Amino acid sequence: MKFPYQLKIDPRTEDTPKWLPITTSVGAIVTAFIISGIVLALIGAQPFRVYQYFFKASFGSWGAFSDIVVKATPLILIGLGCTVAFKMNILNIGAEGQFYMGAFFASLVVLVPIIPLDSPRWLVLTLMAAMGILGGALYGFIPGLLKAVFNVNEIITTLMLNYVAVYWNNYWIFGKYSDAGFQMTPTFDKVAWLPRLADLANEFPFFSGITLHLGVVFGIIAAVLIWVILRHSRWGYEITLIGDNPKAANYAGINIKKNIILVMMLSGALAGLAGMSEVTGVVHRLQERISTNYGFSGVIVAWLAKLNPFAVIPVSILFGALIVAGREIQPSGLSFLIQGTILFLVISSDFLLRYKVHIVRRQQEEVS
Amino acid sequence: MINQSDEYPFAVEMQDIVLRFPGVLANDHVNFTLKKGEIHALLGENGAGKSTLMNVLSGLYKPESGSIRIKGETVTFNSPKDAIAAGIGMVHQHFMLVPTLTVTQNILLGLKKPKFFMNLSHYDKKILDLQEKFGLLVDPTAKIWQLSVGEQQRVEILKMLYRGADILILDEPTAVLAPQEIDDLMATMRALVAQGKSIIFISHKLNEVQAVADRLTVLRKGLATAEGIDPQGLSRGQLAELMVGRKVIFRVEKQAKEPGQVVLEVDDLSTTNNRGLPAVRSVSFQIREGEIFGVAGIAGNGQSELVEAITGLREAVGSVRINGVEVCNCSPRKSIKNGLAHIPEDRTGVGTAPNLSLTNNTIMKNYSQSPISNGWRINYIEAHDFADSLKEDYDIQAPNVEVQARKLSGGNLQKLILAREIYGAPSLIVAMQPTRGLDVGAIEGIQRLLLEQRQRGAAILLLSEELEELLMLSDRIAVIFDGEFVGQMDADETDLNQIGMMMTGTLRSEQ
Amino acid sequence: MNLEVILRAGLSTGTILIFAAIGEILAERAGVMNLGVEGMMLVGAMAAFKVSHVTQNAWVGLLAGILAGGLLSLAHGLVVINLQADQTVSGLSLTFLGTGLALVLGEGLTGLNTPTIPNVTIPLLSQIPLIGRLFFTNFNLLVYVGYLMIPISWYFIFKTRPGMDMRAVGENPAAADTLGINVYRTRYLYTFAGGCLAGLAGATISIAISPGWYSNLTTSGQGWIAIALVIFARWNPLPAALGGYFFGMLRRFTLDLQGPTMILGFRNPFFYDHNLVFFLQMVPFLLTIVALVWGSGVARRKRRGAPAALGEPYIRGERGL
Repeated sequence: MKFPYQLKIDPRTEDTPKWLPITTSVGAIVTAFIISGIVLALIGAQPFRVYQYFFKASFGSWGAFSDIVVKATPLILIGLGCTVAFKMNILNIGAEGQFYMGAFFASLVVLVPIIPLDSPRWLVLTLMAAMGILGGALYGFIPGLLKAVFNVNEIITTLMLNYVAVYWNNYWIFGKYSDAGFQMTPTFDKVAWLPRLADLANEFPFFSGITLHLGVVFGIIAAVLIWVILRHSRWGYEITLIGDNPKAANYAGINIKKNIILVMMLSGALAGLAGMSEVTGVVHRLQERISTNYGFSGVIVAWLAKLNPFAVIPVSILFGALIVAGREIQPSGLSFLIQGTILFLVISSDFLLRYKVHIVRRQQEEVS
Repeated sequence: MINQSDEYPFAVEMQDIVLRFPGVLANDHVNFTLKKGEIHALLGENGAGKSTLMNVLSGLYKPESGSIRIKGETVTFNSPKDAIAAGIGMVHQHFMLVPTLTVTQNILLGLKKPKFFMNLSHYDKKILDLQEKFGLLVDPTAKIWQLSVGEQQRVEILKMLYRGADILILDEPTAVLAPQEIDDLMATMRALVAQGKSIIFISHKLNEVQAVADRLTVLRKGLATAEGIDPQGLSRGQLAELMVGRKVIFRVEKQAKEPGQVVLEVDDLSTTNNRGLPAVRSVSFQIREGEIFGVAGIAGNGQSELVEAITGLREAVGSVRINGVEVCNCSPRKSIKNGLAHIPEDRTGVGTAPNLSLTNNTIMKNYSQSPISNGWRINYIEAHDFADSLKEDYDIQAPNVEVQARKLSGGNLQKLILAREIYGAPSLIVAMQPTRGLDVGAIEGIQRLLLEQRQRGAAILLLSEELEELLMLSDRIAVIFDGEFVGQMDADETDLNQIGMMMTGTLRSEQ
Repeated sequence: MNLEVILRAGLSTGTILIFAAIGEILAERAGVMNLGVEGMMLVGAMAAFKVSHVTQNAWVGLLAGILAGGLLSLAHGLVVINLQADQTVSGLSLTFLGTGLALVLGEGLTGLNTPTIPNVTIPLLSQIPLIGRLFFTNFNLLVYVGYLMIPISWYFIFKTRPGMDMRAVGENPAAADTLGINVYRTRYLYTFAGGCLAGLAGATISIAISPGWYSNLTTSGQGWIAIALVIFARWNPLPAALGGYFFGMLRRFTLDLQGPTMILGFRNPFFYDHNLVFFLQMVPFLLTIVALVWGSGVARRKRRGAPAALGEPYIRGERGL
């Protein structure tokens, strides 16, 4: 006798209910934590204590929460950059490299220095932001050009350029701009520090020790900007059309090559700005490992946010928590494991958006 | 030609077959019987359930209820393998061949022997023997992509014969063939039956059915409206009624129209296909205002490439002028600006973005024009209204304009494309296969729209594989063979026969 | 700098890329693109090292590495074959998942010792003058396995029945399906085979050619280079093998370039300014990009593309069926 119930899978003919995408995303996150917990238990760790610690380290106090938002800031910018590129079906996974190049270009303002360091703070910071954007955009331009002109797979080129950017950065921080032979530049002059809430501690004692800096404002402005571009502009329409069917876009008279290059540059520019925000807002110098795999986490953030610019912000904060906790809890690869599992589950759960799965009773004649 | 032996007389008996797709009852208690040694025609419109019924018989789909008996024995097919083992071979409308493999390799796919090492030359010989037995000749060492469509069809039939199939299903086998090739196919079918095979012949053309079939079953919307009747003596009108369920007018009225100024001038145009081989060779013609210029030809003779070169989607040598402006090798945008509208062959692959809303699909050509766009912004309220008005005016069946384009039926999708392209009164309309795969009602609608545009004064380039449609709509007709125009003539000075000869390159007009 | 040393080092380290690239060729020929090679290699390297350390038996470790890569690839298989998810994104998540798993399960392995797969000299063949010394003397056993795998995989793909069925599934799965080839099973099989080979590639690093566990630096991007090799080689093991050995030699060459004070009569800049070495380290990655650009040019001229159904989920009943 057969099992009396079976899975029945039908393609959805009507529109997907509005609540379903969010539900599946949340479900994916929860399931990822459960699966990772099982892995932890298998290797002899205590998942409950690890997670307890994780939440305490992340959301336990205002200071901890501020740390998370600080970690989330580059993720927001990079996630938005990935969102734009993915919307056009360009798989830019080179945000890591674009981030490093943005950080490098921005740092040049102080290291060369490009303008005298007694200039007003707003001028120095504006120039640094512009340089960061430029660095990232240039570094996005290269794979964009290769894709547009030679049809070279952008996944591989952006990935290879990540490694190149790290070595490039190392060359300068180990050599010319090294701080007395250490693998970092000297700490920047205060004029090149993004304002923090902690700076206001004299007036508002509550802010003392709060590391939150202006970069998060960049992130929020960028989210609005990307939302306007994607949802309300001609360019956004072209990006969406190319993303869904490049042949139709070409037929509609849209220049695809130009758009590939422009979108890669915008995507890179946002990652570059993230790099600038990180060196001016957090580390205050150029050094090794300024990124804890932000470039890759940004890919997941964009996907988990279902390419919605505003959803990128809360998802980034969740990932910021993962990174903060990952720094402190053992084993160190755990945050990778959870991120990978989340992404896996998110894309798997898309199946539920396209198909209806129900459990039905087998028909009588088959049961017998 | 029914065998009079004492064996069990039926090759196939399908009873009360029910199969449901989401939202559609594809087969509604259908009965179908195939006698041994007969050719049984299966007719019906697109979407009537013919292919579904045959996919049930060939093991791809499992029916919800109903029984299948093969040579008197009840069978349950869990996969195509089971059907093949029972002697059923299906030749699909879209050939199921692997282009990068040779003929022999394609025939051997999925078989038990050879098990591991291939020894291809041994099998090449076996296949040559089989070819001679049934008169289906094709080089066994050739790769599929090197073959013509007719040859590929032979490979498909050989594939089934090699598996020992004695029940053959041919799904719309004539759709891709020229009239003379159709005659060859029919001779092959008769030869196969003479050697003891039974054939199910899916078609929607009455003359072909009457020429070759012993019996006839008609499906409409999943229901059998005729089961195993004799096709002889049936009139075209009766048959159409069985298929469509109402009387069908076969002619759309065409009014007289004096052509105006030249709109499209194509001069010495040549281009290559995706493999880099010549596809269009020195083609020259003109189309005037208020004129429909039809191009006939067997699929794959350069029609797609010609259209792409004219619409700016493919690089080419030569000259294409729209309203006097050179647009060859320029961007598609330039052609569009100069008055081009294009109804592409591939509705879902080129004509629409399937996952975007109807609104987004309707503004594809005018998203950068007022009132939908002013400057960098798109006014989605205006866009929505625009889509709504097209939906109303052209009677596009959809719940609202925010549904995804892929949820539309073929006919409604084609209406959407036409509505979008005709909006803005283009001076040139390039339409490729505008009625392919649509049901009779939709075909009439599309044909009327094209004639209206002609009446308005648009120049229309129409490419179609339906010769009757071409003859009915066109003012002038050219025939393309192997990338060349082998004749250009007035539509009322030619006939099916002449065009058919030209399509296979056996006749050239001296023009 | 010694050309013989560079050649031999290239044959050794190139083996890693060759295993990974051939594995990916098998999966992609069946229509499944798996960008998770880096993750599968890491898991394979970790599992091989850990098991070999625990059991004190390199062969058991090797088997564990192979199976670990294969098992991980099944996750990708499930997601892209049954659940029809985007193959690119699934491959990326496999990279994360593999890296995470390898780091979590490989915690505390760094610095430990393990038995390794032995080096051997092939009798007779090693007696051939010059060739014997260059190719058949004192290499790790897995290097010879690599030698054999190149022609065998080529023959399998292009000349055998299962190879032909595999290509049919990658080119036109609907056609394969109508002839009774089980598309899902075929795709699973070669996805798994690809995963096993990626696991083998990882094990080749950690318990054979450069033994040890250095967390995610163990593979240092070689999985990605292997994927680039597949595209560059147009899904053919022979050019992929040449490319693999070339990259192996390049690696050694950039190392050796830092040694001497003079090169061809010029002052060696890499000796005097050690920071310039960072540019040398970029070379394999930049060269990969150059190879891809060149490869795409060749592909366009010869009009030879990827398997036609690569990256496409197969759903019975769609298009033409």
